[in-house]
Amino acid sequence: MTASQPFIEVRQARKCYGEIEVLKDISLTVDRGQIVAIIGPSGSGKSTLLRAINDLDPLTAGEVWLDGVRVNKTLPHRQYEKHINQMRQHIGMVFQHFNLFPHLTVRDNVTMAPKLLKGISDKEADRLAEEQLAHVGMLERIDYFPSQLSGGQKQRVAIARALAMKPKLMLFDEATSALDPELVEEVNLVMKKLAEEHMTMIIVTHEMDFAASVCDRVIFMDGGVVVEEGPPELVFRNPTQDRTRNFLRKHLEGAK
Amino acid sequence: MDTELMLKVYPFFLKAALVTVELSILTGILGLSCGALGAAARLSRFRFLRFLGAAYVSVFRGTPALIQLFILYFGGPQIGIQLDAFQAGVIGLGVNIGAYMTETMRGAIISVDKGQREAARTLGLSQFQTFRKVTLPQAMRLMIRPLGVNINALIKGTALVAAISVVELTYTAQRYIGSTYKPFEMFLIAGVLYMIIIYGTGRAVAWLDRRARIV
Repeated sequence: MTASQPFIEVRQARKCYGEIEVLKDISLTVDRGQIVAIIGPSGSGKSTLLRAINDLDPLTAGEVWLDGVRVNKTLPHRQYEKHINQMRQHIGMVFQHFNLFPHLTVRDNVTMAPKLLKGISDKEADRLAEEQLAHVGMLERIDYFPSQLSGGQKQRVAIARALAMKPKLMLFDEATSALDPELVEEVNLVMKKLAEEHMTMIIVTHEMDFAASVCDRVIFMDGGVVVEEGPPELVFRNPTQDRTRNFLRKHLEGAK
Repeated sequence: MDTELMLKVYPFFLKAALVTVELSILTGILGLSCGALGAAARLSRFRFLRFLGAAYVSVFRGTPALIQLFILYFGGPQIGIQLDAFQAGVIGLGVNIGAYMTETMRGAIISVDKGQREAARTLGLSQFQTFRKVTLPQAMRLMIRPLGVNINALIKGTALVAAISVVELTYTAQRYIGSTYKPFEMFLIAGVLYMIIIYGTGRAVAWLDRRARIV
């Protein structure tokens, strides 16, 4: 392990569903503390790429590395399960549809995994829940059930749930796409706060403004390849590729 | 209608109704166990177990329960299975209803949103932990009502064991008809008692379902 080794590295990722190739030989690296946005039209493979990083959608070929450890190791089933469960503890993920556990309170949503996987006591778990929920501004709702929350509140709890495992990396899969417009901001604020705390984040998003204001780097994907990447001011203001320009123009028109 | 006769004989029917209840409970327990095993097999990672589960379901749902009972009770001794009528009734009906319950449980488990499993796995939970803490508690709530339907069918199905001479409600009614020649009255008593049992069970299921509802 050298100091210059990238924190996250995806090497020659390929993903096929039968005949259809949704990721075509993608390689990328992310440094510790970096915040990367992945943008692109739907069907471009951006969610698939994100979900390959924690092996939720296993790659057909290619490697994913996190902090010097291969995530998608080739191992016999049992050993692989053990390995991937270990790896996933370090990779938080936030979904478009929140996926809170509806049968558990907000508190239990946050503490279930740490209790099961880290064996913390009930007291520690309570403290952890309070700390994480305060962080996302949801402490007052600690004993509510998910069905009693708004979409934005649900997503903030989902973020707290992921953070409670103290991940090294957070993946956001269109975290605000399912929200009513007026609820987007509260979630964006939490994500900005995480950015200020130097959490490493990979964010699949349709929100160009948010990507531009928070991210260090923007990756534009289309048709299963990375078409263009760079700092947001370059990709958004001065794209070199036609496909990027077309996408951004269409997107702007759509926003109007 | 001979109400006087009905009032005279109904206490004997109550006894028989208890046998029906007992039969239903034991059959229910066996059925739920078979259902759980069957569902586990149907959803297994191993192709062979999936095949076994599917075979179990199609054999037992694909043939009349009465034939299954006859094979077990009358045909059993030929292949070395000696059961008394009550045992054969419980096992025959239990394994039969288990096939239906297999599908009920499997249906409930697979209808838990895939995102729930994904969220749990993403946090680092194992497959088993995910099932126990996330999928199963939600599936249990989903399966209460359809299992109630299975149990309803099971209670009515216990009438079949009259055919292998288990002294339960239907058999008792038939026996009293033999001596009174009053089929209308005798079957009416039996029918009312079945209804009471089924109504009570239905209320219990509805209560469970309400209690398990997610806030």
